[in-house]
Amino acid sequence: MRDVAIIASAQAPNLVSTTATPVEMLMPVVDQALANAGIARSEVGFWCHGSCDYMTGQPFSFVSAVDALGAWPPIIESHVEADGAWALYEAWLKIQTGEVDTALVFGNGRSSSSDINRILTLQLDPYVVAPLWPDDRSIAAIQARACLEAGIITPQQMAMVAVRNHHHALTNPYALRKGDYTIDELLQGALVADPLREHDCPAHADGVTAVVIAAGDAARSISAARGSRPAWIRGIDHRIDTQNLGNRSITSLPSAELAAAKAGVGNDKVDVAELHAPYTHQEVLLVAALGLVDSPDSSTSINPSGGALCGNPMMSAGLARLAEAASRVADGSADRAVGHASSGPWMQQNLVCVLEGE
Amino acid sequence: MSEEVLRIRTPIGIHYQYSAGPHTSSHLHGLMDGKFIGKRCPSCHLVYMPPRNGTCAKCGVLLAEDVEVGPAGTITTFCIVNVPFLGQTIKIPYVAATILLDGSDLGIQHLIQEVEADEVRMGMRVEPVWRPREEWEPSLSNITYFRPTGEPDADFESFGGHL
Repeated sequence: MRDVAIIASAQAPNLVSTTATPVEMLMPVVDQALANAGIARSEVGFWCHGSCDYMTGQPFSFVSAVDALGAWPPIIESHVEADGAWALYEAWLKIQTGEVDTALVFGNGRSSSSDINRILTLQLDPYVVAPLWPDDRSIAAIQARACLEAGIITPQQMAMVAVRNHHHALTNPYALRKGDYTIDELLQGALVADPLREHDCPAHADGVTAVVIAAGDAARSISAARGSRPAWIRGIDHRIDTQNLGNRSITSLPSAELAAAKAGVGNDKVDVAELHAPYTHQEVLLVAALGLVDSPDSSTSINPSGGALCGNPMMSAGLARLAEAASRVADGSADRAVGHASSGPWMQQNLVCVLEGE
Repeated sequence: MSEEVLRIRTPIGIHYQYSAGPHTSSHLHGLMDGKFIGKRCPSCHLVYMPPRNGTCAKCGVLLAEDVEVGPAGTITTFCIVNVPFLGQTIKIPYVAATILLDGSDLGIQHLIQEVEADEVRMGMRVEPVWRPREEWEPSLSNITYFRPTGEPDADFESFGGHL
């Protein structure tokens, strides 16, 4: 295995909506990530992109993203129809082949192009579930209800997740939603999909995240020149549960547990965990699946960025979690961090990345 | 036992709010004024009409100033359509061509009319024929077709780099 590290990143502020085209959104963030790494476009060995045609409403819309990259002389690039975190996985594999030493990975999406809660319906089983048009919140609400009925989560716990994330988001310049609230305040909010209240649901956003990764000595020299340290990828794994909602556990996240075990989350302490759990009850399930502890005296800081609850730019929110985790390692505030990305109903897919300083 | 279900219909529909973006907007406004507005790359100085996604794909930079091009241009390459198909609105044979508007570095595709198909050639000078102004919308379909100007053909060197 080659040592590979996240060495720089950039994000666009999460916005409720923007009139910029996907390419116009991408370009400044790609430029910023390169500037943060201190490398030129010509030094990027591989480009990998995550996005979703259903969000833009155009087939092959990702092809135009190449317009943001400067593809002359020809570049090596690829695309995944997934969150940019999966593009990072592909880029990590590409570096493992020895073909390239550096990669720029990016994810972008414009949630405001349509009703994102209905767009997400289209990822469901197309024969017996999607034709009923359950929207994203309704599907999540079924899971939350099951967790409450099973007695493994309380409404207070869900509100506490929202209180903590909104407080953390106060220091995140990219977050869409932030503020100081109390549990009692939040529990007085109106139900939007019983038992979910507004504070339980993710703040969908238009956004972009770009991340630069590099192998071994390339990572060391690039980081040294910037006075930061590489966040070494010590474990990375992604797993998937069945798309058949009736055939899987509702109240646990089997694929997240497996990915965490394979990535080695439990092999040592975790200083920071950046989790892509869109709904509050899902964060509680995910913390358990990763074997972490969420309490005021825990040594693990959960979502210091405020997480996806406070800004969920579809197709880049997962990559943003990896970028946030890496930045804690880079600035020395964490020695070992976990970045997590998810997608699908009930967090069907999970990617876990363990990052360490040297 | 009930009959086996072999096929179901599950219609789906989603409404999208499409945004042309700030860089393409000046081009679309131009079409409402009967003008071809492109944009120049600040790095390689190529002029894009239309300005695509607002970027120079070659350099990977945002396009900069607006540049009015045309209205006349040169046929760089073309094909003669001889095949009838469902929904065809134009009498065959007809010519679909790539036209390099004067001052632009990006060819556009359009229809060539008011000339026999077998007289169309690379280098032929053409001009747009616009629809009645009251039918205009922010679209290249404001131009019904291009027709020959009658000028002498352009030298191959003037468009050979844009094929």
